Amino acid sequence: MNERVKEKLEILSDAAKYDVSCSSSGSNRKNTKGGLGNSNGVGICHSYTEDGRCVSLLKILLTNHCIFDCAYCVSRRSNDVKRAAFTVQEVVDLTINFYRRNYIEGLFLSSGIFKDVDYTMERLVRIAKELRTKHKFNGYIHLKAIPGASDELIHEAGLYADRLSVNLEIPSEMSLKKVAPEKNYKEVYKPMNYLTGAIQGFKEEKTAIRSTPKFAPAGQSTQMVIGATPENDLTVLNLADNLYQQQQLKRVYYSGYVPISSDNRVPTLKQPPVIRENRLYQADWLMRFYEFKVDEIVNEVHPELDLELDPKAAYALRNPHLFPIDVNNATYHEILRVPGVGVRSAKKIVSARRHGKLRFDNLKKIGVVLKRARFFITCADKEFNLLGKDPLVIRQIFTAPSRQKAGFNQLSLFG
Amino acid sequence: MVLTYDGTFEGLLSAIFETYRLKIAVAEIIPKDEWQNSLFEHPTHVATNEEWAKRVLIGVQKKSSKKATKLLYHCFLSELPGISMLIFDFIKKSVNSNIDITDNFGDDTVLQLHQIKKKIGREVHRMHAFVRFQCTKDDIYYSVIEPDFNVLPLLNDHFEKRYPAQEWLIYDVKRHYGIFYNKDKTEYITFEDDTQLQYRQLNESVLDESEPEYQILWKSYFDNVNIPERRNMKLHLQHVPKRYWKYLSEKRAQF
Ligand code: SF4
Repeated sequence: MNERVKEKLEILSDAAKYDVSCSSSGSNRKNTKGGLGNSNGVGICHSYTEDGRCVSLLKILLTNHCIFDCAYCVSRRSNDVKRAAFTVQEVVDLTINFYRRNYIEGLFLSSGIFKDVDYTMERLVRIAKELRTKHKFNGYIHLKAIPGASDELIHEAGLYADRLSVNLEIPSEMSLKKVAPEKNYKEVYKPMNYLTGAIQGFKEEKTAIRSTPKFAPAGQSTQMVIGATPENDLTVLNLADNLYQQQQLKRVYYSGYVPISSDNRVPTLKQPPVIRENRLYQADWLMRFYEFKVDEIVNEVHPELDLELDPKAAYALRNPHLFPIDVNNATYHEILRVPGVGVRSAKKIVSARRHGKLRFDNLKKIGVVLKRARFFITCADKEFNLLGKDPLVIRQIFTAPSRQKAGFNQLSLFG
Repeated sequence: MVLTYDGTFEGLLSAIFETYRLKIAVAEIIPKDEWQNSLFEHPTHVATNEEWAKRVLIGVQKKSSKKATKLLYHCFLSELPGISMLIFDFIKKSVNSNIDITDNFGDDTVLQLHQIKKKIGREVHRMHAFVRFQCTKDDIYYSVIEPDFNVLPLLNDHFEKRYPAQEWLIYDVKRHYGIFYNKDKTEYITFEDDTQLQYRQLNESVLDESEPEYQILWKSYFDNVNIPERRNMKLHLQHVPKRYWKYLSEKRAQF
């Protein structure tokens, strides 16, 4: 290890940091005899950056050399930046040594494309393979599956990695072609489709034969850059919904475009669209955990998310005829829709009301945020029914005076 | 009457056993070290008796559950003032009840214990995250901590699973003991003189050659992944309260 490695690390971590998917959760690898590490469902954040993001993985590019020229990307061919490339050995050493010191949960490896796609993919796979076989590494590995890579390499990647991601990057193919002339959706969907099939196949085999090896046990994810191109939230969320349904992705990440590029194919923004990004994550949660259909969140009439209001409150205020809901009779599905009621509270309500009718006090103890929920529910001892008032009035109460924190995608904001 | 014990969990349980054996009412049970002399009270010291301690635990387990004994042990490690009496209260209530009281949140004692256990859990989680090992010349991965609560006894399981094939040592400088794993099992150890131990860099002479380099690499990684346009210190401090910064080599200005 020497100065050169330090310089490479600086360049190649800097270039990788705009990829937001850093979660190390969802996998389960036990330690093996003489092995190093494990991953057990929820990943640990070993540190936090000053922007409040969790640092749990060593997130780097293998190289920022790239033969492509995507306008939104710092590593694009036409951009004048310092270039560097790690060797396979250097990445392996860094991962092992950071892991042994309890700095990280594992490795997140992506790369610019040098020479050609398969040449690059082959190296990513080799790193994962060395870690798993030579070093018996059982920590978390997330590899980028590079669009256009061969099925064989993608398959091998799946045998060593916990999670694979193929990034869509731009939420419509038309825009993608404008900002990334060498890219197209077909090449992105090819590895994605392959992975969807293989993950499903291995899962089925696993239930039949227990000794079936793991194949990308933490599934696949993707990322879209938001705000670099003109797509509205309706397009973005429809696409995400499709990816969850058709491709069974584990996560879709939304990355508010950080104006790093001076390329004139992308807009010059003063600031990354952090509030919009946050609203998209909230909408995403509504689809995945709150039984919302995408067209209940955005539709032709309301194609954009409300920046002032979380999407659940926005839904409730757009649909006053559905409220108030009687917590003692309503279905779980209906209770989930009440602003101020989280998944956990909704479950508690359903089980607690078996022991007797729920009152105001019970709801408070259960953890319902009554400051918000009171406009939308009735319970045993209180008829709030305040929604008879104007939704506009409630809107005012919700948006003033304490403004929502922006730039925070931990989703503590339904409360 | 006031009973004192040696400060161990078994000691506390022995003292509690004694209250039943002698059928006495006690005003206070307290670790010997914490007892402040008073003119009016002459405390009785109860020596630790493993057998008695076990009988109390089995009693709690029978009346309530295994979960209850775990709850009491975790709370004991909090070292909070009054924790001995709170545990005593729970045991009394458990003995007098016909049903498992572990999850009876309506009861104030039980509720308080659960709240304390939650704090302990949070501290354990922080140690899983913030322990930083330094590699020594003998290939021992070494870390110094100073947790808010006495959580060392709860840490070995996680680190044994994560690092089964390396020797590691986690030392609590505040409480003057550590856990050492020798690739087979974990043992408690105490250094005769631990005044030299620091969170910061160990003396270069005992460190593996590559250790300072990896610390520098890690710090430089950490500095580089930050996105200044998105700086949010409030959120940052919520995740890493200042008192934990001393553990984290990446948060230090220099070495
Ligand atoms: S292919 Fe990837 S690394 Fe290369 S310019 Fe496009 S986004 Fe950047």
